[in-house]
Amino acid sequence: MTGFVFKRSLQSILVLFVMSILVFAGVNLVGDPVDMLINPESDQEEIERVIRDLGLDRPITEQYWFFLLNAFQGDLGKSFVFGEPALKLIIQRMPATFELALFSLFIAILFGIPLGIYAGLKPNSKVSRTIMAGSILGFSMPTFWVGILLIMFFAVHLGWLPSTGRGDVATFLGIKSSLFTIDGLSHVFLPAFNLALFKMSSIIRLTRAGTREIILQDYITFARSKGLSEEKIVLVHLLRNILIPVVTVIGLEFGSLIAFSTVTETVFAWPGMGKLIIDSIYNLDRPVIVAYLLIIVTFFVFLNLVVDILYSVLDPRVRVKGNNE
Amino acid sequence: MRVLRLFSIGMAAIFVSASAMATDLRIGLKSEPSSIDPHYHNLTPNSAFATHIFSTLVGSDENQQHFPDLAVSWEPINDTTWEFKLRKGVKWHDGKDFTADDVIFTAERAQNVPNSPSSYVTYLKGKTFEKIDSHTIHIKTEKPYPLMPNDMTTVKIVSKHAGTGATTEDYNSGKAAIGTGPYKFVEWVPGDRIILVANPNYFGDKPKFDNLTFKPIKAGPARISALLAGDVDFIDAVPPLDVARLKSEDSVQLSSGASNRVIYLHMDQFRENSPHITAKDGSQIKNPLMDVRVRKAISHAINRDAIVARVMEGIAVPAGQLLPAGFHGVSENMKPLKYDPELSKKLLAEAGYADGFKMTIHGPNDRYINDAKIAEALAQMFNRIGIEASVETMTKAVYFKRASRGGPNDSPEFSFMLLGWGAGSGEASSPLKALLHSYDKSKGMGAANRGRHSDARVDALIQKGLATVDADARGKLLAEATEIAVGENFGVIPIHYQVSTWASTSDYKYIPRTDERTNVMGLMPN
Repeated sequence: MTGFVFKRSLQSILVLFVMSILVFAGVNLVGDPVDMLINPESDQEEIERVIRDLGLDRPITEQYWFFLLNAFQGDLGKSFVFGEPALKLIIQRMPATFELALFSLFIAILFGIPLGIYAGLKPNSKVSRTIMAGSILGFSMPTFWVGILLIMFFAVHLGWLPSTGRGDVATFLGIKSSLFTIDGLSHVFLPAFNLALFKMSSIIRLTRAGTREIILQDYITFARSKGLSEEKIVLVHLLRNILIPVVTVIGLEFGSLIAFSTVTETVFAWPGMGKLIIDSIYNLDRPVIVAYLLIIVTFFVFLNLVVDILYSVLDPRVRVKGNNE
Repeated sequence: MRVLRLFSIGMAAIFVSASAMATDLRIGLKSEPSSIDPHYHNLTPNSAFATHIFSTLVGSDENQQHFPDLAVSWEPINDTTWEFKLRKGVKWHDGKDFTADDVIFTAERAQNVPNSPSSYVTYLKGKTFEKIDSHTIHIKTEKPYPLMPNDMTTVKIVSKHAGTGATTEDYNSGKAAIGTGPYKFVEWVPGDRIILVANPNYFGDKPKFDNLTFKPIKAGPARISALLAGDVDFIDAVPPLDVARLKSEDSVQLSSGASNRVIYLHMDQFRENSPHITAKDGSQIKNPLMDVRVRKAISHAINRDAIVARVMEGIAVPAGQLLPAGFHGVSENMKPLKYDPELSKKLLAEAGYADGFKMTIHGPNDRYINDAKIAEALAQMFNRIGIEASVETMTKAVYFKRASRGGPNDSPEFSFMLLGWGAGSGEASSPLKALLHSYDKSKGMGAANRGRHSDARVDALIQKGLATVDADARGKLLAEATEIAVGENFGVIPIHYQVSTWASTSDYKYIPRTDERTNVMGLMPN
């Protein structure tokens, strides 16, 4: 087991290393932010000073070497735009993105599973067909456009929910989050729903497929013949068995929820990491881009590692195979 | 009588409710400042925002005209010395007195902020600050320098007692963000909000609002819907496409005005073989843009009225020079050039390009209002006179580097470029110096001259103008330089002046600023 974890950690470090080279070279190829950062009225001397100060006059290999040296000391560089450590900027905005992702996951599960079960139990009813058609829309409609529509309808037309930004923050059990205030919840609802649509659609489809399969199993027929109520069959026998694949997918996709919140954060001016990375990409703020991607990759690698470990714990076949190797 | 009394009570009620409403203001900003430190980053979003907290020696009003701010008067006392008399009785936000020492401290600090991505050295270089008494300053230069008051509109004065040893982080956290301006700093949550409160001891007009909340909302549609939904009261940078629709909303007040930003074309005038120009069959030809007749032909081929009407939805002003009328140093003789494609064809033929040639127009697609669409419209107009023009636009992060330093030896990469210039100093020397003076690193001239236009007469006039303290004489010199460089030489080709638009709830209207800045002090009850 420790050998397995050790091997995976080594692989992860290799992935991070390769990724940092790719991002460094890629951003360098695109350009640098000097001409956008500098006041147009500056003279040649000042332009050269900025290029020198940002270290952009050195060869790219040298810049990368310095980045590596600092990275090993936990310093991922200072943002070209803000002049503050890139890591600090990202960590500052991490809670906002996490609470948005968590809340949208909550919405996706809350709506996705019951709707999926219903569509699985009564596949031919009109309601089920509407649910399935809706889930296709959820997959295929562009997030940006849906976000604007949600704002126009719920915020501008009905005036029920705020259209932009994050609400008041409160501290509960040592965690600072806007999910603990009414104002905060009203702010998070629209962006979270926007972000949840895609996940909700995949959960509906997964749940429906699971339901259709399990409902034909012998133990369901047996439970029915035993005279159990329909609710008990669904809530106990069915739900427990369809949850296994659904939970696996949710766990894995939580990472992508965080990584792909960028569009939603931009539409709703949500002050999270996604908005930061989009702005940083527009500005070619290389230290922030590199730091963000390193964090996201670490996060994905970690999630995968956890899933792999859990699998080897849960599924004896994986463990045995691993030992034989 | 009774009716009248009822009416007056009604009016009073309206006024009371209006003033009660006017206590808080939420502003949706397109661009968030990158710092609260007023000397960290010399760029519009930062300097526009800092004006709420900090003051300058010389103020700059909505038309970029000067007014006394922390200095009550200024004048040159000899060729190389300017005297500034400082305002007495001004208090910093923490209650301490403002004195000449703060100005001396500022001049030193503003040039030496670590990691500054664009510093105030530009306006302070070569100037020696000297304290005469507690409220008098002398600023000395080596040569006569008439633009001293203009430069002093840019540098925000910070306090010595709070600023000594303070880093940019100290300003961002609020520890050192002590100013003399109309609002005091409360909190900055990057990407989310900046909160300010009124400064009751402000020396100028009383601030109209008790609390200000600035919210960065980058996406245009999101900014507009936030205003419509009542989540903000005031937004900047309304996209032209939405202006027509917002006009029909009773709850929204639009405020727009011409800016100091001219959209213009730079043309390669320094390479015999220009990289993006060929004959129509693709073979290499001598760079036609070197010939003034070709440049003139191109200018006559542009239907400026059509660009303004169709591409810009009527929200722009056709341009004949580098700054709109009313600014210091503009020429009174220059009107937008007539659209005359027949004349263009004749000029091309005279220059030996009767068959035209092939070229690529390069431009940004996210920097100026409708920039990519303007480039496409231009290409169509050029095709009509036989120049086979294609368009290549790109994001500003890529574009500006390549346009300034993308070629061999850091030379400009493109042959024909769409660009814009806003005169930060609010007078004509700013674009002349940067765009049309010969590229000269040692003099710091022509830094943005991406076509490398060069004419000794123009250089001489600009330099003479920049050393002439008498304002009228200087204005004439700069106007003459413009007439030669733009009118005769077609060194650059102006297209139009941008118009900036703000929108607020119908309770307020904004006095549009030519420098495109968003300043709450210019927001008036409607």
